[in-house]
Formats: sequence, structure tokens, C-alpha cells
Amino acid sequence: MLTSDSCLSLHKHGSSMASDSNSSESQRIAQQRLRIIAGHLQKHKDDDSGTIATECKAEANKGTVPRKRQEIMKWNGWGYSDSKFLFNKKGQAEFTGKRYRLSGMVLPSLQDWFENTFGASVNHKSPATPALNASAVPPASLNEAFVEDLKATGIPFSHEAEDRVFRAHGHCLHEIFALREGKKFERVPDMVVWPNCHNDVVKIVELACKHNVCLIPYGGGTSVTSALECPPEETRCIVSLDTSQMNRILWIDEKNLVAHVEAGIIGQDLERLLNESGYCTGHEPDSMEFSSLGGWVATRASGMKKNVYGNIEDLVIHIKVVTPRGVIEKSCQGPRMSTGPDIHHFILGSEGTLGVVTEVTMKIRPIPEYQKYGSVVFPNFEAGVACLREVAKQRCAPASIRLMDNEQFQFGHALKPQVSSIFTNFVEGLKKFYITKFKGFDPHQLVVATLLFEGDRERVLQHEKQVYDIAATFGGLAAGEDNGQRGYILTFVIAYLRDLGMDYYVVAESFETSVPWDRVLDLCRNVKERINRECKERGVQFQPLTSCRVTQTYDAGACVYFYFAFNYRGLADPVHTYERVEHAAREEILANGGSLSHHHGVGKLRKEWMKESISSLGVGMLQSVKDYVDPDNIFGNRNLL
Amino acid sequence: KACTPNYSPGRGWPCFNTDPMLKRDGFEDILEERRNSSDLKYALRCYAPVLYKGVTPCKANMLKNIVLQSDQLHYVINQVSQESGEAPDIIQEEASVILEEMAHRLQISTVRFFAFALSKAFKTLFQHVCVNEEGIQRLQQAIQEHPVVLLPSHRSYMDFLLMSYILYTYDLALPVIAAGMDFMGMKFVGEMLRMSGAFFIRRSFGGDKLYWAVFSEYVKTMLRNGFAPIEFFLEGTRSRTCKSLTPKLGLLNIVIEPFFKGEVFDVNLVPVSISYERILEESLYARELLGVPKPKESTSGLLKARRILSEDYGSIHVYFGQPVSVRSLAQGKVNRSTYNLFPRHIPRKPMEETQSFVNDTAYRIVRLQEDNMVLKPWVLMASLLLQNLEGLELSVLTEQTVWLRGLALSYAAFLDWPDHAPTAKVVSSSLALHRGLACVSGGRVSLVVGEPLGPVTPEEALFNRAVSVLSCASYRNQVLHVFLRPAMLAVAMHTAASSKKNEVYNCFSFLWDMFSNDFILCPGDIVQDFEEACYLLVKTGAVQMPQQDIVMTDIGQPTLSFFNGLLEPFLQGYQVVCRYLCEEASEGLTEKQYIPAVRSFAYSVLCVFTGNLRCYEVLSSDMQKNALAALLRGKLPTQKALLARL
Repeated sequence: MLTSDSCLSLHKHGSSMASDSNSSESQRIAQQRLRIIAGHLQKHKDDDSGTIATECKAEANKGTVPRKRQEIMKWNGWGYSDSKFLFNKKGQAEFTGKRYRLSGMVLPSLQDWFENTFGASVNHKSPATPALNASAVPPASLNEAFVEDLKATGIPFSHEAEDRVFRAHGHCLHEIFALREGKKFERVPDMVVWPNCHNDVVKIVELACKHNVCLIPYGGGTSVTSALECPPEETRCIVSLDTSQMNRILWIDEKNLVAHVEAGIIGQDLERLLNESGYCTGHEPDSMEFSSLGGWVATRASGMKKNVYGNIEDLVIHIKVVTPRGVIEKSCQGPRMSTGPDIHHFILGSEGTLGVVTEVTMKIRPIPEYQKYGSVVFPNFEAGVACLREVAKQRCAPASIRLMDNEQFQFGHALKPQVSSIFTNFVEGLKKFYITKFKGFDPHQLVVATLLFEGDRERVLQHEKQVYDIAATFGGLAAGEDNGQRGYILTFVIAYLRDLGMDYYVVAESFETSVPWDRVLDLCRNVKERINRECKERGVQFQPLTSCRVTQTYDAGACVYFYFAFNYRGLADPVHTYERVEHAAREEILANGGSLSHHHGVGKLRKEWMKESISSLGVGMLQSVKDYVDPDNIFGNRNLL
Repeated sequence: KACTPNYSPGRGWPCFNTDPMLKRDGFEDILEERRNSSDLKYALRCYAPVLYKGVTPCKANMLKNIVLQSDQLHYVINQVSQESGEAPDIIQEEASVILEEMAHRLQISTVRFFAFALSKAFKTLFQHVCVNEEGIQRLQQAIQEHPVVLLPSHRSYMDFLLMSYILYTYDLALPVIAAGMDFMGMKFVGEMLRMSGAFFIRRSFGGDKLYWAVFSEYVKTMLRNGFAPIEFFLEGTRSRTCKSLTPKLGLLNIVIEPFFKGEVFDVNLVPVSISYERILEESLYARELLGVPKPKESTSGLLKARRILSEDYGSIHVYFGQPVSVRSLAQGKVNRSTYNLFPRHIPRKPMEETQSFVNDTAYRIVRLQEDNMVLKPWVLMASLLLQNLEGLELSVLTEQTVWLRGLALSYAAFLDWPDHAPTAKVVSSSLALHRGLACVSGGRVSLVVGEPLGPVTPEEALFNRAVSVLSCASYRNQVLHVFLRPAMLAVAMHTAASSKKNEVYNCFSFLWDMFSNDFILCPGDIVQDFEEACYLLVKTGAVQMPQQDIVMTDIGQPTLSFFNGLLEPFLQGYQVVCRYLCEEASEGLTEKQYIPAVRSFAYSVLCVFTGNLRCYEVLSSDMQKNALAALLRGKLPTQKALLARL
């Protein structure tokens, strides 16, 4: 039931995006009115439940994620079990399942692109271990006294191998690779607990302190910084505190446009539920299908549409955190305070080292009336960056503006589904001819910026014109809505594509940084070159794919996102090789004026650079907060410091 | 100071091969083809060099525009305008004039003209012009990958024409060359050079911010965009002594900075060693060192120099060394992220860490130039002749040259000794080529001293003698880098109070420090150099090292006394300078007065003690300057005490 529910929502979500732009004005207004009416109806229901909101719910969970995550999600890869890329018997790529716009489609050009880019072959498979080998999982070492006390509270828990392993990792390459290879785990959580509400968390943390048990908060499990990895040296019982069942919207305050939400809710559920009331948060990180509100707060997440809605730190009004010392929260919901350093900033980015975020009050907005995708083709990356810089300078960035480099542009094209009519094909062909021949763009140089505009229709159209006019001064050429939308689809399916790559000897990962405008080009070029050089020096036999895109613009700089993949045939320890290359790439980023992370966080993967990044005094400041809030290191995931 | 030296391999310079069995490439004579085919055809042939990542060559005017519109220059223009009160447009105009005066105007037609004319000239002047082709191949590869900086040694005016000639011959991208403004004096020739890729910089512009900004931005723009390899002389000027000069850092700083700022991924430094069997400017240099003013560069002077066309100058060897990656060199030495907190277009004095890196790099490159200098048998003979100024039996000279050849080879000298030729033949043909410097009469070989007509004052006689000694010394100097470290050890052993290793080391380190202006001694390498000296002397059996001692072996005498004799002119020269400063120099001596004063003091000393003091080299302004610098660096009383001991 849960599955179909979420499936429905996604379809709805997807189709509303797709149809809004080409529906007629009257249809659109009707839809908007319906939505508002639905919102009013919904609100009554919320008001009713408002009185019991503070109590833990007894009824069945309505969120997408069940306690047994493995029932709907892959245990050794990204996303839903029913959705995956594969090369069919004809060698053509297809995407299974029904959840996504690409689902059930054949992607005729993917195989060529894949084989040519990586020197891989669909005949050389590197299949994953089919099922979890329970004997490879270390036995649970339980703290009996804690278990006894926990039982008395009635909070559900488990120490089954599958549940524990699922919460022993995020989605770093080395973690997924190890799962696929059936490698033995050094350390996994000894048990998993599923609190249903804030009070459950308070009880669990109290018991953990009482019995000296190590707690590791677990939200959506989408970490890519080794943040969920259990420290191998931890000898206490490790309890994974899975917040996935704390997923209700407790109330919506339309006067102030804020909503009070339990922190375990995942992005897609939050948006779906708010949409029912005519609202949205506008916070859409690429991982929003699975990542949780608490996780966003704990890692300082950033969403695709931050230009309109802001990043997580701009969105939160109030945070409630359970720590070993008690509960931290503010006394009011004032929109800004001058009361010493903002305590929210101790929590934002604390990566589960201080406590568990249980409830968050965050800003909401009415669902935008109109949405429109767009894209612009530039002759080269330099022109594209110059354009984005100008857009940022004029502070007229659309909800989202991203610049993909040529490699990613070609990658995007390889994901084009089979075209249904000869006519679209013909139009596509004409466009391509116009861009590459008539305008003299080199197909191996050109890059594309994808755009997403939001707001009321008139404004969007006006805004669109402004951006396209700026683009034109940098040689940019409007390239249609389809190309734009395809760009955004890519971000949702890219993680699924990594699983496909790993089936055929290709490992891949992404990493990100933020950098001042004047260094964007130099950083991109140098990091790519460094990756290529390191791969060569470390014996990678095939040319790696290195690709980047500028995903966010700020007044003073940009966020840059890198993809990096290579064919690892002939390498004894591909994961080690990969890690050394990523390490070198990060050093190159830091040497070129990039930050340690824009939104992924530090985890354990990038801890070694913290001192360099924020000075040893800075590390000391954070450490002293940790020492005060959690003197016994109950939240012992050892991230960050 | 460490008494027991401790060699730490941790200083590892990955690109530098200090292996004594250093493998070097073979040479190819590029004149051979010129002698067999048409020069005109050669000058007009298709020339299509590969460029850095396939950039399209940039017109000189476009380049100027990029420079004038750069943020870097705008910043300085505004700064200067604020300081001086002049309007920015006026400063901008000034900048444009500076750039106009500076910029090259590379034109393929001029290059073709030079290709033709130089082919003719080279064929008359030289027997061979030899180039290591493997080095050329490496260079071709390097040019495509990263911006390249060519760093040739500088012994002759010929150097940069020769470089461009070779690159044209091999269809490589022609370099843009930093040249001194003095060439500009030669009206027509200056413009010709400009059109063949030279750009001109003033010799000194210390405080001129605007000039510096235009200049550095011009060089960096060419480097960043990879339009052409950049060429300049690390030594700053032609070495009149044929010893490598201690490197100047200004330009090197400029070409390395874009790497630190992340503007380029890497920069390749390519050391090039140009060895002349006979230097065109040979006796000119000796006179210049003795205080005869340097003839001003002028076109008519160049035409007068035509008489040199009738002489045989032997052969030239040009060795393109292994490209040195600045990125690998800087690994672990410079933290590039220290550049993150300052806007990159604002000029800033390099940080200490960077300065010492650039300084180190410069020294390493000059040492690489030295290592790949090709030595001719004559440099060994000149070393021997200078230790026997009264002359030497031809047979003895031959015998000792053979002995010295063995020694040089075991110290990894890059010696070009003709294969299969009898030794006597090698010696006699060397003497024939250098008949202006040495002659054989009655079976004895001695230096040729110019005999002016008419009566000769003792000073004039001394001058003539000094000219021939200094000319000869310029050949001996070419081999010094091979023998320098063991020779300093030999002197240290000779002067140390005991044979204890730490005492010898202390003497060695005194010499090392004292001579660090005269020779290329990499800063901080003192312990390593000492170890190397010990290793080499032990290896050739001259020295043994039981426990904590360093002692001469039974067969060590000839080697050690040769080494002592090799450095004697320097030691004596320093002593004379030291005496002058202690005995004669008045308070408030200016630097300008110093050279003539010390020169006349040296003349007087030499006139009195013609018997046992034969340090004609102290008359060389080069040695006088170096000695002064060394003495200024050290504490004079201690130095005096030690010098007295030597």
C-alpha cells in the first residue's frame, strides 16, 4: 500500500510539472482553485489532529518508508528495488519500473555512449552478489540492560542482520561496492530503534546515557561522506536511531507561512503532504526522494531551487534537538534574533554528533502558479560560466540555473528515450543542424545551461526573457524546454546509472565544492586534469570520464559538482584507486580556492581537512561544544571532528 | 652547526637525477643537412608547429589588448593614478606606451630571413651544431601539455638566435624571448630581433610599479594562453667567465606564479645547455672583466665583428634537458591554498615559502644546465695549463690530460672526447683550435701573451698576461662544476687542523659559504654537497674515511694537489680582496669606488710579488664583486682569521 501511494504521488508530481507549462490559462486557474479548496479541506483534518499532534501516533504509518526499508529499496544499490537500468537482450538500455518519467522506456543511444566513453562492453559483466550473506555480518553485541529498559517503553526495535546492515552505510562508492562484492563488515549497528515521536527520542537518549550506549541517528541513508559508517574502534553497543517513522506534519501556520514537521519525514513526503494543502517548501535537493528533513539540517543541505526559497539554513525557523544534556530549542519563532551566536548554527551541519533533530518549524510557500523549464546552448564552457556570473550579478537567477559541461551534455543526450514520432526526430535534427552548423558551435565544445522558472505566469515570461537576453550577449542560444527538463531528470536517475555502471566494471562517484566566481574556470579545468593525471599514474587503463556542472549561483561564487567515473578492468583494488584519485581531486579543489564541501558535508571522508578548512581554533570551538553537550560521546559516529 | 653531517634524502627533488651514471642522449648535427641542401628552400619551407592544447596563434595586437584590458593592469593603473593624481586615462596611455616599447612582433617572414642568414653564418663559423633530438621530442610533447618556459644557459649573444633557429629547424613553436633593452640601441637589428620574437625589458625598473605590472602581465598572458613558449636567461646576463652565474629570480617568479594561483595546471621548465667549443666573445670578455668598458651594442659594431667570420669556432652542443614540472617540484613545499584569501589580480610580494621555493628551483635549474654542458678536451688542458703558468712539456700535458679525463669521467662529466682518436691527435687539434690562447714551442706548451708594439709598462705587461690567463680561465671554469665539491673538500682537508671529519666539515662549510657567489651551490645543500664530495673522493681512491676521520690515501696525492691547485686562484684572489679591505679601504667606500680601488691595489700587489703570487684572476671584476659579497655576508674578523690560515 505504501508503495503504490508514493508511486502515485510521484506520478502526480511529475505530470503536474510536465503539463503546467502547456496547459491553457483557464485549465491552469481551475487547477489552482481546486488545489486551494483541497488545501482548505486538508486543513480541517489537520486541525482535528492538531490536538493529538504532540502525542505519538498509534495508527499505521503513512510515510513512504517502512521500517523494513529492504521491502521496497535495494539493499546494495540506489533507490527502489523495482527501478533499475539494464541492457536488454538486444543490448539496448532500458529503465524498469513505473515510478519515473523514464520508467519503461528504451534508451537507444545509451549503450554506444557507455561503451565509447568508458571502453566498456555490455558483454563484460561484473554482477553483484545476489543476496546479503548474513554470516558476513558481525553478531550483535547487545547491552542487555538497555534492551530491557527499551522494551518497557514499547518503542519498536530490531537486531536482525538485514536491518542492521542497511543502516551501516550511506551511498559512498566504497560502501556500495563492498555490499555488491559481499565483503565482510568490520562494524555494523548492533540494533535499530524506530522512535515514533519526539518523546520516544527523549526516552531513547536517556536510556543510552544511562547504559552508555552509542547512538547513531539515521534519516534517509543518502549520506555520501561515510557519515553513517560505524567507527570500527567503538566497543559499546551501537544503536542506530532510525527517524523514518517520525514523519508527520504536526501543524501548518498559514498566517506566518510556516509548518511544524517531524524531522524524519523524507523530502517527497513533505512536498506531497504540503502540496495537498496548496503549499510547498521549495527545498529540493537531488536526493529529496529519500533524504530526510533532519538529515538536511544535520548536513546543511542545499536545494535545487534555493535561488527562490533559500538553503536549509534560510528555511528553518525553529529546531528541536534531543541531546544527552537535554533538549535544545529556542523560546520563540521570531524571524531573526540578535541573541548571541545563533544556536541553530551549532545544530546545522553537526552531522549527528550532538543529538537527534526531532522537530523543525520551516517556512512554506504557496505552490507556484506556473513553472517553466528552459535551456540555453553556449559555444563553450567559458561563455556559459560568464553568463551565469552575469545572471548572478544582476540577481535575476531563475529558481534553478545549472550549467553542464560538454561531457554532461553528451551524457544527457545518451539518455534520450526512443523518439515516438518521425516529426519530433526531424525537429530535433533541424535544431542540432542549426546549432552545430549554422551557428558554428563545435559539438565537442558546446555546453548547455538548464533553467527552471517559477512564479506567476506573467513574471515567469518576463524573467525568462531577461535571462535569455543576458545569455544572448554571451553567445547563448535558447535550446528549448525539453533539453532543460532532461537535465533535471538526469539528476534523479544518475544514482541509478551508477548501479548500471557497476554491473559492467565502471565505478563512479560525484563530489562538490563551492568557489568564488573568478576561480570557477580554473578550478574546473585543474580538477579534471588532476583526475586524468592521477588515473593515469595509478594504472587506470581507460580514459576516465570527468565532468562538471555549475549547479548553484551566489552573489560571490558558485557551487560546482563533479562526476567522475572510470572503467576499472585490470585494477587489483579499484575502490582504493578510486579513493586515492578522489583524495587528490579534493586537494586540488582546496588548492584552487574551493571549499571542503558546499552541501554534502564532511562525515568521516573529509575529516582530515577540517583543521585546514576552519583553523585549529575553529575545530577547538566545535570540540568544546561537543564536549559540553555530549561529554560521554553518546552520539559517537565520530563525524566532523 | 651540525658537526656530524647528516645527509637527508628527504629533500628529494623528484626530477633531478644526481646519479653519477647519468644517462644522456646522443646528438645530431643540424648543420649537416644545411651543407647538403638549399638554405633558401629551408628558409621558405612549410612551418606549422604544434601548439599548447591546439590553441590558434595569437596576433601580437590581440595579445596587447588582452594585457591592456586585464584586471591586473587596471588595478595597478588605478593605484598609480591615485598615488600620482594623474587621470587613469593618462596612466593607461603610459602603460600602452610601455607595452609598445616592450612587446614582440613575431613575424614569420623575419624568422625565415634569419633562418636563411644564420644558416650561412653558422656554416662558416662552426664545424657542427649538435642537438639532442630526444630532448627535442620531449619538448614537443611538453609544449602540447602545459605552458613551457625555456631556460638556456647564457654565454654568448648567439644564444637566443641559436635557440630560435633550432626550434624553427625542428618545426617547434618559436619562443618569445626576454631580451635586455640594450639591444634596442641597435636600431635596425633591434627591430629585426623584435620581429623574430624578442621582447625588450629595461635592465632596471625597481620602483616602477606600472612598468612591473605591464611587464609581468605581458609575460603571464603569453604563458597562461600558451601562445608561445617563453624563453629567458636565468643568469640574467651573459656570463663573462663561463661559470654559471647565480640565478636572478624576477622572471622566474613571474612565470611560476600562474601555477600557484591555479591559472594553469602546471608549468614545464626546460633547462637548455648551450656549450661553445670556442666562444665568439672570448677575449672581449677578458678585457671587459679587466675594466675595459664593454662596447656598446651597435649595428656598426656588429658589422665590424664580421672579421670573426673568418675564424673557426669549432662546434656548438645544445642539450635540451628533461622538462621539469613546477607542480611536482612544489608538491609538499608550497601550500597553494595560501593564495585563496587574496584577489588574484592584486599584485603581492611572494610569501617567504614561495620565495625560497623559487630560489631553490632557480638554483636546481642552473645546476641542470651545468650538468648537461658538453665539455671539450681543451677545458681539461686549460685547467692544467693554468696550474703551470710557466709552461709544460707537451708530453707531460698529454699524459696529465689523459689522467684528468679519467677523473672527469668518473665524476660524470659530460665530456665530448673524440672516439678512436689517438690522445696526441686530440691534444694537438685542441691546441690548433685555440692557437690564440696557447702555443707549442720547443716541445713546451705555454699561454700566448699578446705583445703590444713599443715600450711596455709593468702594468701593461701585467694586463696582457691577465688577458690571456682570464681567457684561458674561462675554459677551466667550464669544468669547475664537475670538480667543485671534491676540490673544496681537498682544500678543507689541507687547511683543517686535524683529519677529524667534523673539523674538515667545518672548513668545508666555510669554503662553501664563502664561494656561494662564485659557484652554483644550492641553498641548504651544504651537507649533501659534503657527502657527495666525500663519496666522489672515496670512489676515485684519493681519500679514505676510517671511523670519524678523512685521510688521503697513498695514491691520493695527484688528485688532491690538482684540486688544491684548481681552487688556488680563487683563494688567493679572496685573500687579496680581504687584505685590501683590511689594509687600504677607507671608511665610507662606495660600491662604485670599490672596483677601481681594489683593481689598482691588486695591480700593485701583483707587481711587487711577481714571484710567488700569480693570482691574475683577482684582477677580474667578477671575482672582486663575488669576494666582496662573500665578505659582506660573513663576519669580517672571522673570515680574515680563516683566510690568513688558508
